[in-house]
Amino acid sequence: MIEVRNLKKQYGDLIAVNDVSFSVNEGELFGVIGPDGAGKTTLFRMINSLIIPDSGSVSLWGLNPVTDYKAIREMIGYMPGRFSLYEDLSVEENLEFFATVFGTTIEENYHLIKDIYAQIEPFKKRKAGQLSGGMKQKLALSCALIHKPRILVLDEPTTGVDAVSRYEFWDMLIKLKQNNITILVSTPYMDEASKCDRVALMQNGHVLMVDTPWGIENGFSTSLYGLKTINKYKLIQFLRSSVSCKSVYPFGEYLHYCDKREDVNEKILIEELKQAGFFDAIVDEVKPGIEDRFMELMGNVI
Amino acid sequence: MNEEVVIKVSHLYKKFGHFTANDDLNFEVFKGEIFGFLGANGAGKTTAMRILCGLSTPTSGEVNVAGLDVGTCADAVKAKIGYMSQKFSLYEDLTIWENMRLYAGIYGVNKNEFRMRGEELLRELNMCDERNRLISTLSLGWKQKLAFMVAMIHKPQIVFLDEPTSGVDPITRRQFWELIYEAAANGVTIFVTTHYMDEAEYCDRVSIMVDGRIEALDTPSQLKIDHNVSSMNDLFLKLIR
Repeated sequence: MIEVRNLKKQYGDLIAVNDVSFSVNEGELFGVIGPDGAGKTTLFRMINSLIIPDSGSVSLWGLNPVTDYKAIREMIGYMPGRFSLYEDLSVEENLEFFATVFGTTIEENYHLIKDIYAQIEPFKKRKAGQLSGGMKQKLALSCALIHKPRILVLDEPTTGVDAVSRYEFWDMLIKLKQNNITILVSTPYMDEASKCDRVALMQNGHVLMVDTPWGIENGFSTSLYGLKTINKYKLIQFLRSSVSCKSVYPFGEYLHYCDKREDVNEKILIEELKQAGFFDAIVDEVKPGIEDRFMELMGNVI
Repeated sequence: MNEEVVIKVSHLYKKFGHFTANDDLNFEVFKGEIFGFLGANGAGKTTAMRILCGLSTPTSGEVNVAGLDVGTCADAVKAKIGYMSQKFSLYEDLTIWENMRLYAGIYGVNKNEFRMRGEELLRELNMCDERNRLISTLSLGWKQKLAFMVAMIHKPQIVFLDEPTSGVDPITRRQFWELIYEAAANGVTIFVTTHYMDEAEYCDRVSIMVDGRIEALDTPSQLKIDHNVSSMNDLFLKLIR
């Protein structure tokens, strides 16, 4: 398993990763979720031995990335955020190259990549640089898997990818879990958290919380109301000016609203909105999602 | 929003060799509207957006932006629109004020006008005291908010936003959309692409491109009714898979 303890990395005045601790179990699909600049990449690169931490420690099944980096690099399949295969080699040549570097062959571990690679195999003679975004992603994942790693480290594999391709990518990861590969994946898309066994929410170098997606959502501290009206922007401004408003954020076609008062309910809120002239307003108590919780936690830190 | 048309696209085709990136696009965008331009990767969004901005010419068809034909008056169109790309931020080694002055200069805003306009935009962002900060010291969220304001330095009629909120934290993402609402309320037309489906719901109307064609175009609520789905995410999956 992976143990991260009090990990810290600073660049000048910027503390990229600040006292981060968590552990990942064998065979787990573990998500690190946070916006750009949260410290996700730095964290991953300390785990996979590419950056040396200022303080704190990482243990991968008892091995230390600082001293045991050679052994660790054989254990890990890494897919960096930027496409980093050889663009002037063909699909097949890239895969062969990575297999050879790790002292194996495509045939030996073909079963691991079969589902993914089969989708790009018809284009195996094409240069990697000429592939579409989704195909590059599949090739990169195949290359990261070809040496049968114990851990897969994927840095924002779905950033800039459309909703459908993202969906398919997560399906591939969930399938990979069956091979007992431990998967560490980062993403800025909060909705992807639900695909993970457990997630760490990260912001400004800190891990805000580690839990199951379900546990994170249930940690939301107050009642959350979904408000709907034709005049959304006016309603936001009205709620902001109210003394009892704890928070209000647009959420798709709804506004998500929290009230400071404890004895408030849907009826009272509807009445108040009508008095303020929002006659079409609909108010329903809604179940908080990961993003609601993330924003609540962010509010506590800033 | 009113019925004044600021973008009119008729039978737009764009071909690259045998590949048709834009296949008979037809749509109108109204003044002050927030128009969401969605689609899968490779559906042809960027190609269409580049044509609308006068950066590329159609193979055939008519494209009218801000009252001008982009085929013949591309440069005049550029003066009337603002553009903010996901990748291009501002110059990191210039200050906030210097960046604003640079873009004002490029867009031909005169000195006095710029002084007023610059102050106005800084006030809107609550950044009046920060004007001498280097861009490199700002968080991504602030950079994006500022880039949006800079894209409006010359009071364009239409602003094109290409995935403006990618990777931005959820609170800042929402603050960014409030800036969009505000601009639209002041009559600026917003043409925006995004991969966040909840943001599609924030648009007045949304178009969804699939393989070079527009497969759906309407208000988010009407689209959901027509396709019998409960969210824009479901609609997107339904149309594209």
